[in-house]
Amino acid sequence: MSAAPIVLETRGLVKRFGGITPTRDVSLRVEAGARHALIGPNGAGKTTLINLLSGTLAPSAGTIRLDGLDITRLAPYRRVERGIVRTFQISQLFGELTPLQSLALSVSRRLGIGGSLWRRLGADARVAPVCETLLRQFHLDDVQDQKVARLAYGKRRLLEIATALACRPRVLLLDEPVAGVPEGERQEIFDIVGALPADVSVLLIEHDMDLVFRFARSVTVLVDGAIFAEGDAASISADPRVAAVYLGETAPVGSGRG
Amino acid sequence: MFALSLDLILGYAGIVSLGHAAFFGIGAYAAALLAKHWNPDPWLGMAAAVGVATALGFFTSFLILRGSDLTRLMVTLGVASILYELANQLDWLTGGADGLQGVTIGALKTPFGAFEFDIAGRVAFGYSAVMLVACLLLVRRLVHSPFGFSLQALRDNRLRAESIGVPVNARLVAAYTLGAAIAGVAGALLAQTSGFASLDVFDFHRSAEVLLALVIGGTGYLWGGLFGAIAFKLLRDAISAWTPQYWNFWLGLFLVVLVLVGRDRLVRPWTGWRR
Repeated sequence: MSAAPIVLETRGLVKRFGGITPTRDVSLRVEAGARHALIGPNGAGKTTLINLLSGTLAPSAGTIRLDGLDITRLAPYRRVERGIVRTFQISQLFGELTPLQSLALSVSRRLGIGGSLWRRLGADARVAPVCETLLRQFHLDDVQDQKVARLAYGKRRLLEIATALACRPRVLLLDEPVAGVPEGERQEIFDIVGALPADVSVLLIEHDMDLVFRFARSVTVLVDGAIFAEGDAASISADPRVAAVYLGETAPVGSGRG
Repeated sequence: MFALSLDLILGYAGIVSLGHAAFFGIGAYAAALLAKHWNPDPWLGMAAAVGVATALGFFTSFLILRGSDLTRLMVTLGVASILYELANQLDWLTGGADGLQGVTIGALKTPFGAFEFDIAGRVAFGYSAVMLVACLLLVRRLVHSPFGFSLQALRDNRLRAESIGVPVNARLVAAYTLGAAIAGVAGALLAQTSGFASLDVFDFHRSAEVLLALVIGGTGYLWGGLFGAIAFKLLRDAISAWTPQYWNFWLGLFLVVLVLVGRDRLVRPWTGWRR
């Protein structure tokens, strides 16, 4: 395919939970600047794979490399320092903080002042502009001072993604970012994500096939924890085997929307 | 102030502790022992108390990183109990069950001159008030810093805090150690102003009472601990004056109602039942 360098690579990744093996021998390569989608039927192990990449779960076997360096055993926060940032399928937010505080915390951490004891949060002049831009982009500026726990569902989804972007990722792992977001706002979220700098790699889990094939250039299909098919978006959408195991199953949903 | 230090740990960092008296107690003993055997200067005693409590907090903080809230309750309770027994057994050092008596605290040297601790307790009160305000300002500063917000973030959602790059364990250790240090200040104040340190400082009642004071005042508010402690004292005095035999019953009833109804609704009934 293209000659872009590989940023994130897994080799023979395995995760077992007792008798269940949600990840079987997954060797995945994400290029610099990739717009890579991870699809597959429910229970295929997509979220488990994201958890392994972000460090939330430790793999039973196999290695994960970032820029050729082994990060398999690195704690999640260390991976964030190196640029692997994720979002969650079910919003994981700070209920008692406000959106502004949540973003300011992420930005402060990235600037290396996240552990500062003495200055007020946001006292650094570099923090506020970044937060303002994100709040505006994600239509959160009108609720920026409300507690997150009181926000509407849609706003929380937006904040979920904004919080990840505040960490300025190099590799962004999006776990169903638009689940539950109204139709009209979905494309907008993808436009923001798509407008990330060209060297940022995005790995996306998404069930809406229209969005997947509009957004992704390369696609990996997971079935039963193993890689079933891989390739560029066009060849995957044309692959009859993929259609049989996956698109066939969700076709009624997709056609209902389209 | 003791309640304030627990607020930092519980209200902001979300670590439950039933053994906070450990740090209070060790601060009290450290200050009393130093004054009795080496140097009666109160500032020196305060420094020693903070140092010892900080060290203890730092080392025991690794115990609270593992396990769930219930385990933490037990571990913190255990640490306080061990110290209680230690203070009880090492009677050559601590005076055992009789307590550490005959502690004389030297004059308080300040830029405004030296003050002897007087019987009426005016100097003691001023000294305590100054230390309290100093600690309040310190903690206020802390909770508004990125560090403080990262504590609140990991209390709200540890998973997400890690995912935006907050080193969760390091933060917990730091918060617990800081809380221990401030509890040490409180303990030293007690020993220095009363000239006495006894087993009572390590007592489970103390850990429990401070937790109650904090629950009354509200966790996660800076003033919660302070108001809670005052409210708890007033309430206890008022009820025990009114009905000396059954004050525990009424206090208990009040706490049950408070927890069931919720403080916000009790203080501000108009906020209603929605949330």
